Amino acid sequence: MSGDARSGAGPSTLPVPTTGVPRLGRGVKFRYDRARDRHVLLLPETVVELNGSGAAILELCDGVRTVAEIEAALRERYTDVPEGQVVAYLTKLAERRHVEIHD
Amino acid sequence: MTDVEGAAQRSATAVEGPLGLLAELTYRCPLACAYCSNPTELAAYRDELTTAEWQRVITEAADLGALQCHLSGGEPLLRRDLVDLVRTASEQGLYTNLVTSALGFTPERAAELHDAGLDHVQVSLQADEPTLSDRIAGSPSFARKIDAARRVRELGWPLTLNVVLHRQNIDRVAEVLAAAEELEADRIELANTQYYGWAAVNRASLLPSRDQLAAAEVVVREAKERLRGRMEIIYVIPDYYATYPKPCMGGWGARQLVVVPNGNALPCLAAHDLPLPAANVREHPLAWIWRDSPMFSAYRGTDWMQDPCRSCSRREIDLGGCRCQAFALTGDATRTDPVCHLAPDHGIVEAAVAEANEESRPVELPLVARPHA
Repeated sequence: MSGDARSGAGPSTLPVPTTGVPRLGRGVKFRYDRARDRHVLLLPETVVELNGSGAAILELCDGVRTVAEIEAALRERYTDVPEGQVVAYLTKLAERRHVEIHD
Repeated sequence: MTDVEGAAQRSATAVEGPLGLLAELTYRCPLACAYCSNPTELAAYRDELTTAEWQRVITEAADLGALQCHLSGGEPLLRRDLVDLVRTASEQGLYTNLVTSALGFTPERAAELHDAGLDHVQVSLQADEPTLSDRIAGSPSFARKIDAARRVRELGWPLTLNVVLHRQNIDRVAEVLAAAEELEADRIELANTQYYGWAAVNRASLLPSRDQLAAAEVVVREAKERLRGRMEIIYVIPDYYATYPKPCMGGWGARQLVVVPNGNALPCLAAHDLPLPAANVREHPLAWIWRDSPMFSAYRGTDWMQDPCRSCSRREIDLGGCRCQAFALTGDATRTDPVCHLAPDHGIVEAAVAEANEESRPVELPLVARPHA
């Protein structure tokens, strides 16, 4: 396998490190679904419906911020960000390769 | 659709829009695969929609709420306006997915499609090596497919390989998976043949035996575990061997909208021959077709069901199976899909399965090639 992100998404390195930089997986799109008033992840054969907190996390996955920075940014915006929620959520998405974690 | 008391009370506004548009742009194809789901009367679809008509369909589908646009065929690369159609779909915010044999996926064409915003490419493979692959495809194509698959990766797209499994290639599923690993595919769909169109004509030569399936499933299970997090493996079981039918298309007129080359809109890609009035995009707006046309309303929800579906606890799970399969096998689209073990017509499927499992029945049997156009 070529590319660090692909091997990095493997189960052996999970949960995702807080120093990692998440971005959307290849071929994955994040967008607002106007007709149904929700955010979604679009994949070739799947539409993943996102809840509010999931969408808030993914909006910050810009390929620049680290996991820790995303968590900090969320805490500035919301008072109720449970400890470990961001890591757990991104780990779940990385396992499904909806996001890639870069060093 | 759970609490409505009858079709008459189901208002047009209650129908949620489609998630996906499957645009079968043309039925012309450089391959001649005997498992093809295209209709047998290919000549009836030569009057293809124009570029402007397709662009209108794509825009209306997005307005209805579609999020994905699958560009398929036939071979969609035979449409000279494919790049324009991708650009339109992309501008509408649709996730664009090209489903291709990869013949005609030249470096120039690939670059243009990439620039137009194409999100994803699915390349079909017929087997893991040229002799069998070319025999099934009816055309020397394997080497070009491998080149094209590499090109997909080089341009930064994720690579999905589509492999239709059947009696004559399923014994090589381990080698197919190895080839996919070698190509660094992100995803492989191993889909057992569904018996529509040309595949239905060729069913007796395509239906695998129980032993073949059991062996393949062991290989697939092991590979899924080994490749977890690296390559996604989607294995679609053959419904002839399933206990219950598949929830075809996620429900009739519920999630997917198919438009075929001549502009007919269908709730399922195998619905061409159902005895319902045609709903054509040249004659009606897509919104009316989706919400109100007899074609899309006929089997929406569960009110159309007969027993045993009507009183079955699984009626909201498998939705009675596939209407097109019920019609093709029994002549009545409202009957239970005969693949269900509870179906009154299950004997039709049992007879086909019994034939496929006859002792000393060869693996390699004659195939009727689908014509190129």
